[in-house]
Formats: sequence, structure tokens, C-alpha cells
Amino acid sequence: MALSRLSLNTSSSSLSRLLFRPSLLSASRLFSSSDVLTIETSVPFTAHQCDPPPRTVETTPKELLGFFRDMSVMRRMEIAADSLYKSKLIRGFCHLYDGQEAVAVGMEAAITRRDAIITAYRDHCIFLGRGGSLVEAFAELMGRQGGCSKGKGGSMHFYKKDSHFYGGHGIVGAQVPLGCGIALGQKYSKDGTVTFAMYGDGAANQGQLFEALNMSALLDLPVILVCENNHYGMGTAEWRAAKSPAYYKRGDYAPGLKVDGMDAFAVKQACKFAKEHALKNGPIILEMDTYRYHGHSMSDPGSTYRTRDEISGVRQERDPIERIRKLILSHELATASELKDIEKQARKEVDEAIAQAKENPMPDPSELFTNVYVKGFGVEAFGADRKEFKAVLP
Amino acid sequence: MAGALQAATAALLSSTPLKTYGSYRLRLGSAPRSLAGRKGSFLVVRSDAGFGSGSNARTRPGKLIPNAVATKPDASSSSTSSKPGHELLLFEALREGLDEEMARDPRVCVMGEDVGHYGGSYKVTKGLADKYGDLRVLDTPIAENSFTGMGIGAAMTGLRPVVEGMNMGFLLLAFNQISNNCGMLHYTSGGQFTIPIVIRGPGGVGRQLGAEHSQRLESYFQSIPGLQMVACSTPYNAKGLMKAAIRSENSSCALRALYLLFGGGGDGAPGEHVTILTYSRMRYHVMQAAKTLVNKGYDPEVIDIRSLKPFDLYTIGNSIKKHTPRLQSAIIKEFWDYLDAPIKCLSSQDVPTPYAGTLEDCTVVQPAEIVKAVEDLCK
Repeated sequence: MALSRLSLNTSSSSLSRLLFRPSLLSASRLFSSSDVLTIETSVPFTAHQCDPPPRTVETTPKELLGFFRDMSVMRRMEIAADSLYKSKLIRGFCHLYDGQEAVAVGMEAAITRRDAIITAYRDHCIFLGRGGSLVEAFAELMGRQGGCSKGKGGSMHFYKKDSHFYGGHGIVGAQVPLGCGIALGQKYSKDGTVTFAMYGDGAANQGQLFEALNMSALLDLPVILVCENNHYGMGTAEWRAAKSPAYYKRGDYAPGLKVDGMDAFAVKQACKFAKEHALKNGPIILEMDTYRYHGHSMSDPGSTYRTRDEISGVRQERDPIERIRKLILSHELATASELKDIEKQARKEVDEAIAQAKENPMPDPSELFTNVYVKGFGVEAFGADRKEFKAVLP
Repeated sequence: MAGALQAATAALLSSTPLKTYGSYRLRLGSAPRSLAGRKGSFLVVRSDAGFGSGSNARTRPGKLIPNAVATKPDASSSSTSSKPGHELLLFEALREGLDEEMARDPRVCVMGEDVGHYGGSYKVTKGLADKYGDLRVLDTPIAENSFTGMGIGAAMTGLRPVVEGMNMGFLLLAFNQISNNCGMLHYTSGGQFTIPIVIRGPGGVGRQLGAEHSQRLESYFQSIPGLQMVACSTPYNAKGLMKAAIRSENSSCALRALYLLFGGGGDGAPGEHVTILTYSRMRYHVMQAAKTLVNKGYDPEVIDIRSLKPFDLYTIGNSIKKHTPRLQSAIIKEFWDYLDAPIKCLSSQDVPTPYAGTLEDCTVVQPAEIVKAVEDLCK
């Protein structure tokens, strides 16, 4: 991993008012929170049909520490979900995102909450990035009524309408036309926002993706197709599933950018670039080169189609959290023990959220029939034994 | 909800009155009371759902009979300006409904193949692209799966798209989007997102269109929870149902016949002997059969149910009948005590629709079959 080059602009030498951790306020720092740090991404961007953005990214200590904290919380959440699944509190399908956190936090840093994100079933961390709370996430995973979808969706159906997070979809690839439709709505209302439609390397071979891209390009829709390439479509490696695994080039007429998805700053730069591009010129494809440590889902050990050496190799060299940790330490924004404290804090938050979510009750049986149709036109049916049927006419 | 849809239909139509081409409940003739003792026999005539008007755009236009206006000379097209009691063909009624809704609400938009510049393969959207622009009346490439998905995505942001399938059979390609996203998103998101989309199109048996273009898909869509389904049969209810479907907050699937006959009017009065439930194209066959039955001394009540999902069991409960096995089981469950005879269900044959005209007619329930079935029931 290339070491970042540091250029420092200090506006004053006053003590920093760093962040959110009270313990850090007491320490003296060389940088204030409004300082701008320039960091170089690990590798340059590879572009298709466009000029790549520069490698140097500007950031602040606040943002750096924010990345560290958010990614630690996400990592802890996924690991906790793993153990909850093994203790049978989470059932069904559970697709974990650990290893890919940089994509979620980098994207959030580049956009606003009015921009839309839609993704597939590996959605827990995107939900958190959009402002979802840990309690809502765990409650939904455990099927409780305090969950973000009232317990009726599950792991694959997290949604947050007020932050324009459109889910959470189980069928591979089906979310991409939906994402292009959301962009159609955004273009229709002319509000200067974009949609990030995320999918995986497995979904990249779906026909509906190309259909939707074609239509989006015809209409110049402000949609950004983000391929989170973790190199395995469940158990099938990308070279066995795709004749051309250069997913950023597969848009053909649509420009594309290949990004190191384990580097949060590369992701941030690429998303910022893509947003500007999409608002002016229509769709663009971003391929995030990333990696997942867990298997495809909890029922997949993840080691039958790849070696443990490969997994630990990536963890040592490219882990997103470690990268940020090294950056923070090399710029002396915090000490190693302070970073450890942040991680401990994250763990504590996650544990508290789980405890709270466990207290949450299961949904009431009458919830079976709510939200099938929109309220006001609903036909209510009562009686699990089907003895009674009532049609409620407004 | 079905009742709501009917009520909404009636309410919407009362503001722009159209001459009725047959109200939805018919009584044909007065029957002698010799069979007065029998109440509540039920006959179900399943429509093969020949819906819709116009030619299949994959063949040359004009090859098929658009809106077979065989019988009545005064059923010819009139101007589309809204005057009280004007007569319209089915596609004009649909267009009027769509036009009014688009003028009323800027969020209503149309998307489909050839709906814009071409004017719609069945002329339902003719002139709308000039009036509302290319983004609101969107010509899509031939990619049903993705443009239905895009319609749903747009609906999630608050638009009210009307997705037109050139033939309902083509929407099988979009079945995943319709089933999983249209029907279920409201539920799986815990009520956060509503999908006020209307998916409409002609389907069913037309005029020798061949097997792949004559598919009857109502029972496929029946199994999708969260979807509303309606079927129109006359211009009057077509316009009303179109407006009601657009204004509904739920996803709606609006079917129409590829081949409809005109003929048969009359007002309704409940019949005593037998209730015949029907929808769409079969309505006309049933009406012909009913005329024969009246001549033979029966007193049938014909109800065009129009709302296929959820079934308007309230109305039906007042006069029971059933089209599909699903409806049959619901009726049996709920109204068993009121039935004097078992429910008989007539539906199309379980074969792909052949091309030859004579064979095709055999797949569709004919009036003579209906008459015979009623006679069997009433024995």
C-alpha cells in the first residue's frame, strides 16, 4: 500500500477541538479540526470513456476520525450479527458486509441524504450509513416490531425513506431498474440529486442491468451504477462467471471508473466525480474493487472456493479500517490507545443496541395483514383459522 | 377495496356521464315463475380475458379488427370532447380517462413501447405525447423487465406511472418486478413505500394471434398479494376503472380485452334463478346466452365483476358467482349456506391457443355452452 504523502495547511496552532470523543479533547494536537489534509489514494483510477479524477483527496481530521469510528461500528455490527445468527436469534438469510465498509462510508462522505441509494441484500451497513440506528437494524434482523420494516422485512429488506435509502432487495439485479426509475423520478422533479444503484459482480451479468442502463443513457438519467466487485458471486469466482470481468468497461457507451473499494478516500473521490458527471451527462459506472471476509451469507463458510491465505492476505494488506488507522497514526491525529478506545466504544454501542433490540417484542399477529394494501383501501381479514372474513369498505 | 374501486369508479364517472353500454348488473326479460323455488344457483363463466382493442403492434396495424364494432352503427367514434352522454369506443374511453388524470395530476406519466410518437399500439395514448411531452409519455425500448422496474422505482419517489404492456403476455418477462416489487414492497418496507403504479394492457385471446400472444394471465396475477386487479369490459367501466386505478395508492393491474364485441344493453334487475358472474369479453357471450335463457324461461342475473383482485365479495355475496377456482373456493367458504346447487365454473381450455379460427373458438366459452350449463344447474 502506498504511503500517503502529507501536506499540511494549518490556519493556526491553537489546540484542536477534535471530534466527539471527550477523552481526546484533553490531549494536545497539532492540527485543528478545520485543517485540510491532502491524501493520495492507494492506486490511481482507471477510466473508461472519461478522464479520471485526480488521486489526491482533501480531507479533515474530523472526517478521518469519523471514517474510523463509522467503519468500526459497522465492522462490530456485522460480527455481532454473525454470533446472533449462530445463536439462532437471526434466521433465514444473513449477508454480511465486513471488509466492504469503505464503500459505504466513502459514498456517504461524497453525497447528501437527499441523494438516493438502492442496493441488494448486503444492506446492513448502507442502512447505518444512511442514518439508520443500530437498534432498528438489530430489531429488524431479529424480527421484532421495532425494526426498520416492523420486523416484516428481515435482513434483506432494510429501508429508510426519510434518508432516501430505497433498500434492501432480495432478487439479484432487480434493484438496478428500480434505481434507474428513482433517477427518473429525480429528473422529473429536477431537484439536482442523483441515485446510486449498487449491485455485485454476480448481478453484473443480469440482462435487466443493461436494459436499464440503455434507457438511462437515452434519457440522461442521473444514475450511478456501482458494482461492488468482491470477486465472488456467491461461490463462483468472477473469471468463471464473466467473460469480461472489467465491469467498469461493460457499460460500453457509458463511462466507467475502476476504484480501489478498500480505500475510503478513493471511494469518496470517485463518488463525488460520478455525481457531478451524472448530473450533467447521464449514467456512469463505478467498479469498486473490494472484498468480503465472510462467505456470501451465513450459510456459506466462504472457504470452499477461496483459500484462507487469500482472506488473511487481504485482511493484512488492504483492510479498510487498518488503512485509516495507519493514516491517523502517521498524521498523529490520535494515539493508538485512543483509537482502541473508539473501537471499544463501538463495541459497547453495538452490545447495548443488541440488548435493547432483544427486549423489543415480536410483532402482533394482526400485523400479518397490515400494509398489504395501503391503508384506506384495505380489505381486512381476520382469523388465522379463516373462520371469519370481513371486507371493510370505506 | 373492490367495493371502493367500484364506488370510486361510479363516483368518477358520474361527473362525466357516458351513455352506458350495459350496466354491470343485467336482467334480461322477465321470466315465468315456474322455477321460483330455486334461489341462488350459481354459474361461473370464466373469461378467457380477450381484452383490449387495436392490433398487435408486432403485426402490421390494421390487420386485426380494432374494437370490433360489428353491430351498432351508432357505436362509431365520436369526438373526444367531453359532452354529456357521448359515445366512445373502448380505446377512446381509456384515453379520455388517462388524459383527464394526466391533466389533473402532474405526477401521472405513461411509459411503454410505442406509446409516445406512435400513439400507442392500440391508440390508447394517441396525441398524449404531443400534449404532455416525451418525458411524461415515454417511449421505451423493448425491455419489459427493466421498464416495469423503472416504473416501480419512479413510483417509489412519488410519481404515478402507467406502464403499458403491449400485450399482457409480454409482462411475464417483468413478472419478478410485478410480483416482488409492486406487490410486496409496501409490506416488506413496513409501510414506508407505496407503489401507486398502474400496469395495464390487453391480453387474452384475440383474433387468431397465436399461442404466445393469447395468454390468459389473470390467475398468475391473482397469486400476488398486494396487487389490485381490475378488468374492464365496456368503455364506460374502462374509463372509470382507469381513473380509479391511477388514483389508487396501491399497485394496480388493469386488464382489457383484445377483442370485444358490442351489443347488449339494458338495465339490471336482480334475477331469481341463477347468477352468472363474468368479466371482460365473456360478458358479451354471457349476455347472448342470457337472452337465450330468458327465452327458455330462466331468470338469470348477470354480474360483471370487474374487480378481480380483491374480489368484490360484498357485491358477489349479494348474488354469488365465480369465475376462477379461487373465487369458487372463497364463495364456497363464505356463502355455502346460501347455495342451492354446486357452483359451476366454465373457463377456457387448458391448452395453448391455436391459430386456426375454428380451434380458437373452441378454447373460448361460447354462449351455447353457457346456456347448457345453466340448464344443467337449474334441473
